[in-house]
Amino acid sequence: MGKVSHMDESQVVVCMKDIVKKFGDFTANDHINLTVHKGEVHAILGENGAGKSTMMNVLCGLYKPTSGQILINGKEVQFSSPKDAIDIGIGMVHQHFMLIPPFSVADNIILGVEPVKGLVVDHKTAREKVLELSERYGMKVDPDAKVEDISVGMQQRVEILKVLYRGADTLILDEPTASLTPQEIEGLMEIIENLTADGKSVILITHKLKEITACADCCTIIRQGKYIRTVKVDEVNENELAAMMVGRDVNFKVEKKEMTPGEIVLEVKGIHAKDYRDVEILRGLNLSVRRGEIVGLAGVDGNGQTELVEVLTGLRRAESGEVKVLGKDVFNKTPRETFESGISSIPADRQKHGLILDFSNEDNLILQHFEEEPYSSKGILNRKAIREHATELADKFDIRPRGSEGALAGTLSGGNQQKVIIAREVTNDKDLLIAVNPTRGLDVGAIEFVHKYLVEQRNKNRAVLLVSFELDEIMSLSDRIEVIFDGQITGSVPGKDADEKELGFMMAGGKKDE
Amino acid sequence: MNKKKSILDSNVFYTMIAIVVGFIIGAVFLMIAGISPAVAYGKLISSVFGKPKYLIWTLIYASPLIFTGLSVAFSFRTGVFNIGAEGQFVVGALTACSLGILLDLPAWIHVPLCVIAAALAGGIWSLIVGILKVKRGIHEVLSFIMFNWIAFYLSNYVVNLEVIHKEGGGEATKDVLASSRLLFPESLRTLLDCSAANWGIVLAVAAAVLIWVIIEKTTLGYKLKAVGFNSSGALYAGINADASVLTALGISGALAGLGGAVQILGMSGRLSQFAGQEGFGFEGITVALIGSSSPIGCIFAGLFYGAMKYGGSKLSIVKAPSEVVDIIMGCVILFIAISQIFRVLFGSILKKKEGN
Repeated sequence: MGKVSHMDESQVVVCMKDIVKKFGDFTANDHINLTVHKGEVHAILGENGAGKSTMMNVLCGLYKPTSGQILINGKEVQFSSPKDAIDIGIGMVHQHFMLIPPFSVADNIILGVEPVKGLVVDHKTAREKVLELSERYGMKVDPDAKVEDISVGMQQRVEILKVLYRGADTLILDEPTASLTPQEIEGLMEIIENLTADGKSVILITHKLKEITACADCCTIIRQGKYIRTVKVDEVNENELAAMMVGRDVNFKVEKKEMTPGEIVLEVKGIHAKDYRDVEILRGLNLSVRRGEIVGLAGVDGNGQTELVEVLTGLRRAESGEVKVLGKDVFNKTPRETFESGISSIPADRQKHGLILDFSNEDNLILQHFEEEPYSSKGILNRKAIREHATELADKFDIRPRGSEGALAGTLSGGNQQKVIIAREVTNDKDLLIAVNPTRGLDVGAIEFVHKYLVEQRNKNRAVLLVSFELDEIMSLSDRIEVIFDGQITGSVPGKDADEKELGFMMAGGKKDE
Repeated sequence: MNKKKSILDSNVFYTMIAIVVGFIIGAVFLMIAGISPAVAYGKLISSVFGKPKYLIWTLIYASPLIFTGLSVAFSFRTGVFNIGAEGQFVVGALTACSLGILLDLPAWIHVPLCVIAAALAGGIWSLIVGILKVKRGIHEVLSFIMFNWIAFYLSNYVVNLEVIHKEGGGEATKDVLASSRLLFPESLRTLLDCSAANWGIVLAVAAAVLIWVIIEKTTLGYKLKAVGFNSSGALYAGINADASVLTALGISGALAGLGGAVQILGMSGRLSQFAGQEGFGFEGITVALIGSSSPIGCIFAGLFYGAMKYGGSKLSIVKAPSEVVDIIMGCVILFIAISQIFRVLFGSILKKKEGN
């Protein structure tokens, strides 16, 4: 944690005053303020679509503010491009990496500012500089490795090094942990510490409260484009932060009424299946889900969860085994047939599988029903009915912004895209709902919302299969937890008395190392 | 300001700019060739608008282009790339021509039979490629290009078969029977002073409207677009992606086949042996691009291209090379393709103005 000793004016490196940014009639930033000191980790907290990214895009020169001032080291500046911002020491590491996969790490870092010898790129100097930087901040990278061959965590280091190489004193990290594993997140925290120890300032855009309390000094909260306040992190707790972000008290504890599981809805027996490399990944898996229960499938990514869901939803053919929904055979059927047999699902990849991003929201909401009345009759779409359906669901599921029924799904924030999918799948009224990482990348408010609907399905006496890499989520929602390891179910515990350590142990295959 | 913005966002605006730039660059080439652009362009314009009959000819030239344009545009909208409209056009023309020569039927049955058979031929030609794609994973662009050549040589082969080859030499087929022609009635043609005036343009516009309805209003269009935009998502939602790809390619091919029928039964009345591909299908790509892949846009783009082709054919009268038309059309496509640059340019100019 960067310790900030001098909070006086001279230590202020970035100051944004009354920043307003409008897109047409829409105000994304409404008088936002931000003050960042030297050597400080300053978190920006806000829900999806609150305007965090817009604000940072203004700071790094991508957007021009409609009004307001930006002061860097006390001097007013006006950026007309990201280059202006980086020249003055502000660099942004975007959530989606902007690297060239077939290029080496060193080449990616120097791209655009290559050291040259005569007319050719001076690779030797470049390599040395990269190594020097990576040692200085404890970011181990192999400068000669190709970006396409290295892990996501490593790619992020390359992005950070890229910004440092260009001489940034203030680094903006946009949702840096979104795609990292827990170990990689720890590594990132160390890097942030090294950076602040060297006098760099870090602006951390996030909606994960844990990360803020773990590494930030200050936190600025924005809500619906408006500045709420800036707090010292050691003076608040997570609940207070969440309440400030959402604008109301957030309930982390999921309320569930007592229920006795009923008849078996999903029954999976002895499934064997291969993954895309043709390697056997499901090795005789058995699983059942009953009415009125949420079964959580806990496991480390890559143990067959994805493939299991693909088999259940008809996207992948299994080698052998048995899948039944309410006694009806749905083994190796098409997606359409599994859907009609009673399986509805919230897919892991909402942009690839869940939505047609180039379709409007209202069209996405009828994706499985466009051939049914009242949405169409005799092959002609009924636009009026489609719109009414969308408006009704948008109200019920709080899909924002309002009146976006005709807008493309791709223009919604991640949380609202997920709401579109949930609205569609939950209203399908199927006997089994499969949810895969349903809250990935969502903020606290949206997570609470998703959890509420999963529990509601259970309370309506439907069966819910929850597949998630977030152990917290599995533990707070599940009535029963099944642990998947190496393509088999290796353990089962009631949700009530689940113990994190025990689960973690089982998820690792139960090998005794100690 | 909002009005300004909406103009700057519209494809039509950038298409217009691209056309103007195309003509400017064409003028440069004309000057290099020592020909006054004013004279050449003057001739181009007077060749199209000079007499009512010239306008009729423009429509005749435009009809097959609207069909191949629709064919390509429909494929774009449904996520496949029909670069094989050329081949489908040829088999459509070949089918219409053969049946027009070989069958002797009353007109009310002969015409629709030839037209429908041509559409089927084009559709099947495209469908074969679709099946190769769906079943064997062969990229459609590759097989389309090969199928274009297969159609080309097939056509040249059939043209020389004794049953339909023109008697007494020549490199064309016999004329199709009058009962199979799509021509306007004699009296109307005399009135219009144009012997080849035909129903092609009416069919083309009707087809464009029909395709527009399919894309925008029907569940079929919804399904095809869903697969085109995101086949994984469509599959997940239970839409049969393979069947959709085949349907889209079949319809696309049928449209190109219809273009071939209109060309034979409407304008030419016979099929010739060609030394190289005639290019209606490739010109269809141009039409689709100029028309922003919109069916209605294809009508106007087809008319524009038809006018250029017809007007261009008369440029030799003023000793200007008719190839200048190809240069202009090439530049238009180039500038439509890079219209993003204009978008950014105008956007930033507008922003600066607002800033001041």
